[in-house]
Amino acid sequence: MQVIEIAILIFIALTGTAVVMVRDPAKQVIAISYFGIVLSVMFLIFQAPDVSLSQIVIGTVGLPMMILLCLAKLKRDEQLRQKEAEKKG
Amino acid sequence: MKYPFRMIAFFIGAAGFAAVLATLFIKLPVDTRPTLVGDAANPNSVPLHDRYLQAINANVMVQRNVTDAVTAVNFDYRGFDTVGEEFIFFVSVMGGIVLLKQAEEKRKKPLRDAISAGRDVGPSDAMRVWVLGMVAPKICFGIYIVTHGQLSPGGGFQGGVILATAALIIYLGENFEMFKNIMSHPLVEVVEAIGAGGFVLTGVLAYFWTKPYLTDVLPLGKTNELTSGGTIAIISFLTGIEIMAGFVLILFAFLQETLVAGE
Repeated sequence: MQVIEIAILIFIALTGTAVVMVRDPAKQVIAISYFGIVLSVMFLIFQAPDVSLSQIVIGTVGLPMMILLCLAKLKRDEQLRQKEAEKKG
Repeated sequence: MKYPFRMIAFFIGAAGFAAVLATLFIKLPVDTRPTLVGDAANPNSVPLHDRYLQAINANVMVQRNVTDAVTAVNFDYRGFDTVGEEFIFFVSVMGGIVLLKQAEEKRKKPLRDAISAGRDVGPSDAMRVWVLGMVAPKICFGIYIVTHGQLSPGGGFQGGVILATAALIIYLGENFEMFKNIMSHPLVEVVEAIGAGGFVLTGVLAYFWTKPYLTDVLPLGKTNELTSGGTIAIISFLTGIEIMAGFVLILFAFLQETLVAGE
Protein backbone atom coordinates (compact mmCIF):
# COMPACT_ATOMS: atom_id res chain seq x y z
CA MET A 1 0.00 0.00 0.00
CA GLN A 2 2.86 2.32 0.85
CA VAL A 3 4.19 1.99 -2.72
CA ILE A 4 0.90 3.26 -4.14
CA GLU A 5 0.86 6.16 -1.68
CA ILE A 6 4.38 7.24 -2.64
CA ALA A 7 3.62 6.78 -6.33
CA ILE A 8 0.48 8.94 -6.20
CA LEU A 9 2.29 11.66 -4.26
CA ILE A 10 5.06 11.78 -6.85
CA PHE A 11 2.42 11.85 -9.59
CA ILE A 12 0.72 14.80 -7.88
CA ALA A 13 4.02 16.66 -7.67
CA LEU A 14 4.55 16.05 -11.40
CA THR A 15 1.05 17.07 -12.51
CA GLY A 16 1.06 20.07 -10.16
CA THR A 17 4.33 21.25 -11.66
CA ALA A 18 2.91 20.64 -15.13
CA VAL A 19 0.01 22.98 -14.39
CA VAL A 20 2.50 25.74 -13.59
CA MET A 21 4.78 24.96 -16.53
CA VAL A 22 1.99 25.17 -19.12
CA ARG A 23 1.86 28.86 -19.96
CA ASP A 24 -1.20 29.10 -22.20
CA PRO A 25 -4.27 29.62 -19.95
CA ALA A 26 -6.58 27.60 -22.20
CA LYS A 27 -4.21 24.61 -22.09
CA GLN A 28 -3.69 25.18 -18.39
CA VAL A 29 -7.40 24.50 -17.84
CA ILE A 30 -6.99 20.99 -19.25
CA ALA A 31 -3.88 20.46 -17.12
CA ILE A 32 -5.64 21.62 -13.96
CA SER A 33 -8.58 19.36 -14.70
CA TYR A 34 -6.19 16.40 -15.02
CA PHE A 35 -4.52 17.49 -11.77
CA GLY A 36 -8.00 17.42 -10.20
CA ILE A 37 -8.54 13.80 -11.22
CA VAL A 38 -5.15 12.78 -9.81
CA LEU A 39 -5.96 14.60 -6.54
CA SER A 40 -9.25 12.75 -6.23
CA VAL A 41 -7.44 9.43 -6.68
CA MET A 42 -5.04 10.49 -3.92
CA PHE A 43 -7.92 11.22 -1.56
CA LEU A 44 -9.33 7.77 -2.31
CA ILE A 45 -5.98 6.07 -1.63
CA PHE A 46 -5.61 7.96 1.65
CA GLN A 47 -9.04 6.64 2.65
CA ALA A 48 -11.11 9.80 2.29
CA PRO A 49 -13.77 8.80 -0.27
CA ASP A 50 -16.03 11.64 0.88
CA VAL A 51 -13.47 14.25 -0.07
CA SER A 52 -12.67 12.34 -3.23
CA LEU A 53 -16.27 12.62 -4.43
CA SER A 54 -16.31 16.39 -4.02
CA GLN A 55 -12.91 16.67 -5.64
CA ILE A 56 -14.03 14.77 -8.75
CA VAL A 57 -16.86 17.22 -9.37
CA ILE A 58 -15.16 20.44 -8.28
CA GLY A 59 -11.71 19.70 -9.66
CA THR A 60 -12.69 18.26 -13.03
CA VAL A 61 -15.90 20.16 -13.83
CA GLY A 62 -16.47 23.14 -11.53
CA LEU A 63 -13.10 24.84 -11.51
CA PRO A 64 -12.19 24.33 -15.22
CA MET A 65 -15.66 25.56 -16.21
CA MET A 66 -15.28 28.75 -14.16
CA ILE A 67 -11.83 29.43 -15.62
CA LEU A 68 -13.03 28.72 -19.17
CA LEU A 69 -15.95 31.13 -18.73
CA CYS A 70 -13.59 33.81 -17.43
CA LEU A 71 -11.29 33.28 -20.43
CA ALA A 72 -14.24 33.46 -22.83
CA LYS A 73 -15.33 36.72 -21.22
CA LEU A 74 -11.84 38.22 -21.41
CA LYS A 75 -11.49 37.26 -25.08
CA ARG A 76 -14.90 38.74 -25.88
CA ASP A 77 -14.00 42.01 -24.17
CA GLU A 78 -10.75 42.21 -26.10
CA GLN A 79 -12.54 41.65 -29.42
CA LEU A 80 -15.11 44.31 -28.59
CA ARG A 81 -12.39 46.77 -27.70
CA GLN A 82 -10.60 46.05 -30.98
CA LYS A 83 -13.82 46.60 -32.92
CA GLU A 84 -14.38 49.95 -31.23
CA ALA A 85 -10.80 50.99 -31.89
CA GLU A 86 -11.25 50.13 -35.59
CA LYS A 87 -14.41 52.22 -35.78
CA LYS A 88 -12.64 55.22 -34.31
CA GLY A 89 -9.50 54.71 -36.38
CA MET B 1 11.41 41.88 -11.45
CA LYS B 2 14.08 40.47 -13.70
CA TYR B 3 14.09 36.78 -14.56
CA PRO B 4 17.34 35.67 -12.74
CA PHE B 5 16.33 37.54 -9.62
CA ARG B 6 12.93 35.89 -9.72
CA MET B 7 14.53 32.45 -9.95
CA ILE B 8 16.82 33.20 -6.99
CA ALA B 9 13.88 34.41 -4.94
CA PHE B 10 11.97 31.27 -5.89
CA PHE B 11 14.80 28.94 -4.90
CA ILE B 12 15.29 30.66 -1.53
CA GLY B 13 11.57 30.30 -0.85
CA ALA B 14 11.47 26.71 -2.08
CA ALA B 15 14.47 25.75 0.08
CA GLY B 16 12.82 27.23 3.16
CA PHE B 17 9.57 25.46 2.36
CA ALA B 18 11.39 22.15 1.83
CA ALA B 19 13.21 22.53 5.15
CA VAL B 20 9.97 23.19 7.06
CA LEU B 21 8.20 20.33 5.29
CA ALA B 22 11.05 17.91 6.03
CA THR B 23 11.10 18.89 9.72
CA LEU B 24 7.35 18.38 9.98
CA PHE B 25 7.53 14.98 8.29
CA ILE B 26 10.25 13.83 10.68
CA LYS B 27 8.24 14.99 13.70
CA LEU B 28 5.05 13.23 12.61
CA PRO B 29 3.92 10.79 15.31
CA VAL B 30 4.49 7.17 14.30
CA ASP B 31 1.61 4.83 15.05
CA THR B 32 2.87 1.32 15.83
CA ARG B 33 -0.26 -0.12 17.39
CA PRO B 34 -1.79 -3.12 15.57
CA THR B 35 -5.50 -2.17 15.69
CA LEU B 36 -7.46 1.03 15.20
CA VAL B 37 -10.03 0.58 17.97
CA GLY B 38 -9.18 0.01 21.59
CA ASP B 39 -6.02 0.65 23.60
CA ALA B 40 -8.02 1.59 26.69
CA ALA B 41 -5.25 0.24 28.92
CA ASN B 42 -2.88 3.07 28.15
CA PRO B 43 -4.73 6.03 26.63
CA ASN B 44 -1.81 8.40 27.14
CA SER B 45 0.32 6.51 24.63
CA VAL B 46 -2.00 7.44 21.71
CA PRO B 47 -1.52 10.75 19.87
CA LEU B 48 -4.39 13.18 20.36
CA HIS B 49 -5.78 13.15 16.81
CA ASP B 50 -5.69 9.35 16.84
CA ARG B 51 -7.65 9.27 20.06
CA TYR B 52 -10.38 11.35 18.45
CA LEU B 53 -10.44 9.01 15.45
CA GLN B 54 -10.72 5.97 17.71
CA ALA B 55 -13.46 7.54 19.80
CA ILE B 56 -15.49 8.34 16.67
CA ASN B 57 -14.94 4.97 15.05
CA ALA B 58 -15.85 3.10 18.20
CA ASN B 59 -18.95 5.14 19.06
CA VAL B 60 -20.56 6.33 15.86
CA MET B 61 -22.56 3.14 15.27
CA VAL B 62 -23.77 3.00 18.85
CA GLN B 63 -24.51 6.66 19.41
CA ARG B 64 -25.97 7.72 16.06
CA ASN B 65 -26.88 4.49 14.24
CA VAL B 66 -25.04 5.63 11.09
CA THR B 67 -22.30 3.85 9.17
CA ASP B 68 -20.43 6.80 7.63
CA ALA B 69 -18.36 8.39 10.37
CA VAL B 70 -17.32 11.32 8.16
CA THR B 71 -20.89 12.50 7.63
CA ALA B 72 -21.62 12.02 11.33
CA VAL B 73 -18.66 14.25 12.22
CA ASN B 74 -19.61 16.84 9.58
CA PHE B 75 -23.30 17.15 10.37
CA ASP B 76 -23.49 16.14 14.01
CA TYR B 77 -20.40 15.93 16.20
CA ARG B 78 -18.82 19.00 14.60
CA GLY B 79 -22.06 20.29 13.10
CA PHE B 80 -21.43 23.85 14.19
CA ASP B 81 -18.23 23.99 12.12
CA THR B 82 -20.26 22.95 9.10
CA VAL B 83 -22.71 25.80 9.71
CA GLY B 84 -19.75 28.15 9.36
CA GLU B 85 -18.49 26.29 6.31
CA GLU B 86 -21.88 26.43 4.65
CA PHE B 87 -22.17 30.15 5.23
CA ILE B 88 -18.72 30.73 3.77
CA PHE B 89 -20.13 29.17 0.61
CA PHE B 90 -23.38 31.14 0.93
CA VAL B 91 -21.59 34.46 1.32
CA SER B 92 -19.13 33.80 -1.50
CA VAL B 93 -22.00 32.96 -3.85
CA MET B 94 -23.75 36.19 -2.86
CA GLY B 95 -20.54 38.17 -3.25
CA GLY B 96 -19.97 36.75 -6.72
CA ILE B 97 -23.50 37.55 -7.81
CA VAL B 98 -23.39 41.09 -6.42
CA LEU B 99 -20.08 41.82 -8.16
CA LEU B 100 -21.20 40.40 -11.51
CA LYS B 101 -24.66 41.96 -11.42
CA GLN B 102 -23.30 45.51 -11.30
CA ALA B 103 -21.53 44.99 -14.59
CA GLU B 104 -24.66 43.52 -16.10
CA GLU B 105 -26.94 46.43 -15.36
CA LYS B 106 -24.78 48.95 -17.20
CA ARG B 107 -25.76 47.71 -20.67
CA LYS B 108 -29.31 47.56 -21.85
CA LYS B 109 -28.88 45.93 -25.27
CA PRO B 110 -30.23 42.41 -25.90
CA LEU B 111 -27.52 39.86 -25.27
CA ARG B 112 -26.42 36.64 -26.92
CA ASP B 113 -24.63 33.65 -25.57
CA ALA B 114 -20.95 34.09 -26.45
CA ILE B 115 -20.25 30.41 -26.94
CA SER B 116 -23.34 29.83 -29.08
CA ALA B 117 -22.61 33.04 -30.99
CA GLY B 118 -19.08 31.79 -31.58
CA ARG B 119 -20.12 28.60 -33.32
CA ASP B 120 -21.68 28.55 -36.75
CA VAL B 121 -23.88 25.52 -36.10
CA GLY B 122 -25.46 24.28 -32.89
CA PRO B 123 -24.17 21.23 -31.03
CA SER B 124 -24.38 18.05 -33.10
CA ASP B 125 -27.25 15.62 -32.59
CA ALA B 126 -24.91 12.98 -31.22
CA MET B 127 -23.62 15.36 -28.57
CA ARG B 128 -27.10 16.54 -27.64
CA VAL B 129 -28.44 13.02 -27.27
CA TRP B 130 -25.47 11.93 -25.19
CA VAL B 131 -25.35 15.01 -22.98
CA LEU B 132 -29.10 15.35 -22.42
CA GLY B 133 -29.38 11.60 -21.87
CA MET B 134 -26.95 12.01 -19.02
CA VAL B 135 -29.12 14.56 -17.20
CA ALA B 136 -31.57 12.11 -15.65
CA PRO B 137 -28.94 9.59 -14.44
CA LYS B 138 -26.93 12.48 -13.03
CA ILE B 139 -29.92 13.81 -11.05
CA CYS B 140 -30.66 10.30 -9.75
CA PHE B 141 -27.03 9.80 -8.75
CA GLY B 142 -26.93 13.21 -7.07
CA ILE B 143 -30.07 12.50 -5.06
CA TYR B 144 -28.68 9.09 -4.15
CA ILE B 145 -25.44 10.63 -2.87
CA VAL B 146 -27.35 13.30 -0.90
CA THR B 147 -29.79 10.93 0.76
CA HIS B 148 -27.29 8.14 1.49
CA GLY B 149 -24.80 10.45 3.17
CA GLN B 150 -25.20 8.73 6.52
CA LEU B 151 -24.75 5.23 5.08
CA SER B 152 -21.93 5.46 2.53
CA PRO B 153 -19.36 8.05 1.45
CA GLY B 154 -21.15 11.14 0.23
CA GLY B 155 -23.57 13.63 1.73
CA GLY B 156 -24.90 17.09 1.10
CA PHE B 157 -21.77 18.74 -0.25
CA GLN B 158 -20.84 15.99 -2.68
CA GLY B 159 -24.38 15.30 -3.88
CA GLY B 160 -25.12 19.01 -4.18
CA VAL B 161 -22.34 19.68 -6.65
CA ILE B 162 -23.27 16.57 -8.65
CA LEU B 163 -26.84 17.88 -8.91
CA ALA B 164 -25.50 21.27 -10.01
CA THR B 165 -23.47 19.71 -12.83
CA ALA B 166 -26.70 18.14 -14.09
CA ALA B 167 -27.84 21.72 -14.70
CA LEU B 168 -24.50 22.58 -16.24
CA ILE B 169 -24.63 19.87 -18.88
CA ILE B 170 -28.02 21.18 -20.01
CA TYR B 171 -26.09 24.31 -20.98
CA LEU B 172 -23.36 22.27 -22.67
CA GLY B 173 -25.83 20.21 -24.69
CA GLU B 174 -28.23 23.00 -25.56
CA ASN B 175 -27.61 26.70 -24.98
CA PHE B 176 -27.92 29.40 -22.37
CA GLU B 177 -31.59 30.09 -23.21
CA MET B 178 -32.50 26.52 -22.32
CA PHE B 179 -30.47 26.69 -19.13
CA LYS B 180 -32.20 29.94 -18.19
CA ASN B 181 -35.68 28.57 -18.88
CA ILE B 182 -35.18 25.53 -16.69
CA MET B 183 -33.22 27.23 -13.90
CA SER B 184 -35.63 30.11 -13.29
CA HIS B 185 -33.64 32.54 -11.20
CA PRO B 186 -35.97 33.40 -8.26
CA LEU B 187 -36.79 29.74 -7.62
CA VAL B 188 -33.12 28.78 -7.33
CA GLU B 189 -32.56 31.68 -4.94
CA VAL B 190 -35.46 30.54 -2.77
CA VAL B 191 -34.14 26.97 -2.73
CA GLU B 192 -30.72 28.21 -1.66
CA ALA B 193 -32.24 30.27 1.13
CA ILE B 194 -34.32 27.32 2.31
CA GLY B 195 -31.21 25.13 2.39
CA ALA B 196 -29.09 27.60 4.34
CA GLY B 197 -31.86 28.70 6.70
CA GLY B 198 -33.14 25.18 7.21
CA PHE B 199 -29.74 24.02 8.45
CA VAL B 200 -29.66 26.72 11.10
CA LEU B 201 -33.29 26.08 12.10
CA THR B 202 -32.67 22.32 12.38
CA GLY B 203 -30.06 23.23 14.99
CA VAL B 204 -32.61 25.36 16.85
CA LEU B 205 -34.86 22.27 17.04
CA ALA B 206 -32.69 20.99 19.90
CA TYR B 207 -33.81 23.88 22.13
CA PHE B 208 -37.31 22.34 22.37
CA TRP B 209 -35.68 19.41 24.19
CA THR B 210 -33.61 21.92 26.22
CA LYS B 211 -30.43 20.53 24.66
CA PRO B 212 -27.47 22.50 23.24
CA TYR B 213 -27.58 23.84 19.67
CA LEU B 214 -27.47 21.20 16.88
CA THR B 215 -27.91 18.25 19.24
CA ASP B 216 -29.29 15.21 17.44
CA VAL B 217 -32.72 15.07 19.09
CA LEU B 218 -34.83 13.25 16.49
CA PRO B 219 -35.37 9.46 16.59
CA LEU B 220 -32.21 7.76 15.33
CA GLY B 221 -33.90 4.96 13.39
CA LYS B 222 -32.30 1.68 12.43
CA THR B 223 -28.69 1.41 11.26
CA ASN B 224 -28.41 0.87 7.48
CA GLU B 225 -31.77 2.46 6.76
CA LEU B 226 -32.41 5.75 4.97
CA THR B 227 -34.10 7.22 8.03
CA SER B 228 -31.18 6.53 10.36
CA GLY B 229 -29.19 9.27 12.01
CA GLY B 230 -31.98 11.66 13.08
CA THR B 231 -31.03 15.21 12.11
CA ILE B 232 -27.97 14.01 10.15
CA ALA B 233 -30.18 12.93 7.24
CA ILE B 234 -32.17 16.18 7.34
CA ILE B 235 -29.10 18.41 7.49
CA SER B 236 -27.46 16.41 4.72
CA PHE B 237 -30.49 16.96 2.49
CA LEU B 238 -30.70 20.69 3.29
CA THR B 239 -26.98 21.13 2.63
CA GLY B 240 -27.46 19.27 -0.64
CA ILE B 241 -30.10 21.63 -1.99
CA GLU B 242 -28.21 24.68 -0.71
CA ILE B 243 -24.98 23.68 -2.44
CA MET B 244 -26.85 22.75 -5.61
CA ALA B 245 -28.69 26.07 -5.75
CA GLY B 246 -25.60 28.09 -4.85
CA PHE B 247 -23.55 26.40 -7.55
CA VAL B 248 -26.28 26.94 -10.15
CA LEU B 249 -26.51 30.62 -9.17
CA ILE B 250 -22.76 31.09 -9.55
CA LEU B 251 -22.86 29.36 -12.94
CA PHE B 252 -25.81 31.53 -13.92
CA ALA B 253 -23.91 34.69 -12.98
CA PHE B 254 -20.78 33.57 -14.84
CA LEU B 255 -22.70 32.51 -17.94
CA GLN B 256 -24.51 35.84 -17.97
CA GLU B 257 -21.10 37.50 -17.97
CA THR B 258 -20.09 35.74 -21.18
CA LEU B 259 -23.17 37.01 -23.00
CA VAL B 260 -22.46 39.50 -25.75
CA ALA B 261 -24.45 42.19 -27.49
CA GLY B 262 -26.76 40.65 -30.08
CA GLU B 263 -26.01 41.33 -33.73
